Amino acid sequence: MKCELRLCDIAPGQTATVRSLQATGSIRRRLLDIGLVENTPVECLGRSPAGDPSAYLIRGAVIAIRAEDCRGILVGV
Amino acid sequence: MGLTIQSVGVRAVDGGLVLQRQSENDRVVAIAGNPNVGKSTVFNGLTGMNQHTGNWPGKTVASAQGYCKTRENAYVLVDIPGTYSLLAHSAEEEVARNFLCFGDPDAIVVVCDATCLERNLNLVLQTLEISEKVVVCVNLMDEAKRKHIRIDLNALSERLGVPVVGTTARKKGSLAHLTAALDRLTAGQTRRAPLQVAYSAPLEAAISFVEYAVRPHVANCRLSPRFLSLKLLDAEDALLEELRRYLGFDLMERPGVAAAVARSRALMEEHGITRETLKDHIVSALVRTAEAVSAACVRCERQDYAAFDRRLDRILTSRRTGYPIMLLLLALILFLTITGANYPSALLSAALFHVQDLLTQLFALLHAPDWLHGALVLGVYRVLAWVVSVMLPPMAIFFPLFTLLEDAGYLPRIAYNLDRPFQRCRACGKQALTMWVVDKRMQRYIAYCLTAACV
Repeated sequence: MKCELRLCDIAPGQTATVRSLQATGSIRRRLLDIGLVENTPVECLGRSPAGDPSAYLIRGAVIAIRAEDCRGILVGV
Repeated sequence: MGLTIQSVGVRAVDGGLVLQRQSENDRVVAIAGNPNVGKSTVFNGLTGMNQHTGNWPGKTVASAQGYCKTRENAYVLVDIPGTYSLLAHSAEEEVARNFLCFGDPDAIVVVCDATCLERNLNLVLQTLEISEKVVVCVNLMDEAKRKHIRIDLNALSERLGVPVVGTTARKKGSLAHLTAALDRLTAGQTRRAPLQVAYSAPLEAAISFVEYAVRPHVANCRLSPRFLSLKLLDAEDALLEELRRYLGFDLMERPGVAAAVARSRALMEEHGITRETLKDHIVSALVRTAEAVSAACVRCERQDYAAFDRRLDRILTSRRTGYPIMLLLLALILFLTITGANYPSALLSAALFHVQDLLTQLFALLHAPDWLHGALVLGVYRVLAWVVSVMLPPMAIFFPLFTLLEDAGYLPRIAYNLDRPFQRCRACGKQALTMWVVDKRMQRYIAYCLTAACV
């Protein structure tokens, strides 16, 4: 297995799989609520014109997540 | 209508909400659902009420109510806040959960978005843990069809163990299935075997251990011992407080319960489930169950169903074209509003000032004193005429246009494009996670700014 990346390191067009969440508190719950549990595939669809937030395809829904929140999401490619 | 709160059955819920029933036989139906699934459209379609349907989370914290009559029954519908979950992470979720748990609704309708059913099932599964009197309403079926998503409603109903109806709430008549299902459900004609979420083995063992201790104390309680046990293990203060008020006693103080909870916690910790990670286990189980149900009932007939949407999104939000398109669209709306309003404005003011002349003649005919004519006609009427002729046409043009953009789903894209700039000036720094659909606060700012500009 490759070394672990953070979700914000995934370029648009790439797909990754969630390994674990490091976020805590309300952000962690929010991320879990949108379905970001272990082994969930996530595709990065693009970045907003200002470069942040980015749009991700998660379980059929397009969701924008800010880079600061993506840092707590460890993924594997 | 016209009956006062005192004269009919009243159940106060959550401090703020008082159910206004018109007769003792009225059934109370809670309308739950994720944000932006057409929940308010369903509510309005059933009640004929015109609650504004731009649904930002929290909009319905004050729980709107409406009345709906079918051939069999009369229902008081309660529009509870749109939430993704009932684990009470936010004020809206707490209101929603408290009403579903302690408001004793006779039935619960969970409205789902057919285009991303899996995500919506999370709420459905959590609702099924609370009550078995549930109807799942899969809304936006027309949009799912357009995106070539086929949903097997029978299989879904089979899996979930509760009635499932497909609707397109915007179309009149499509809600007839829903009211029919409600009538059957409240008449007790529906088979009810709600799907139970299977948690990990140690958690299940812990739940059943506590359940055994809890069961004798809650024989008369509508909430299932399993649900209560899970919540005791989760030990969430706000919920336990509500539960204490609902039951009239503290469940934890009943013989054997506290000991069972403590032993179960120790058991879970042996398997690495601490109080911090318990929520993770619960949510994971919910997500996996939703995944399994969705996999069995939803088929995407074309993998590229979303390709067009994605391409459009890329144009609307790309670095090069995102801002120009946004500015262009807003400029276009302003242009249409300002120039388009001139013509009706002129007509309206001509008509209203003609009426002023007539009024002046009337006053002269009646030999009214000058000061009265000055105050009423030149004062009150003229100001009113000015305000109406200047303000009404731009409003009548701007708001429909803006609604058009909202319906097309462009506003969340604006929020996405503007998140960073807005964050810089701290307009939206509070919300830590922005979603397409969630951050409507910013959209409201934009609406206000534009309205101000127009006026």
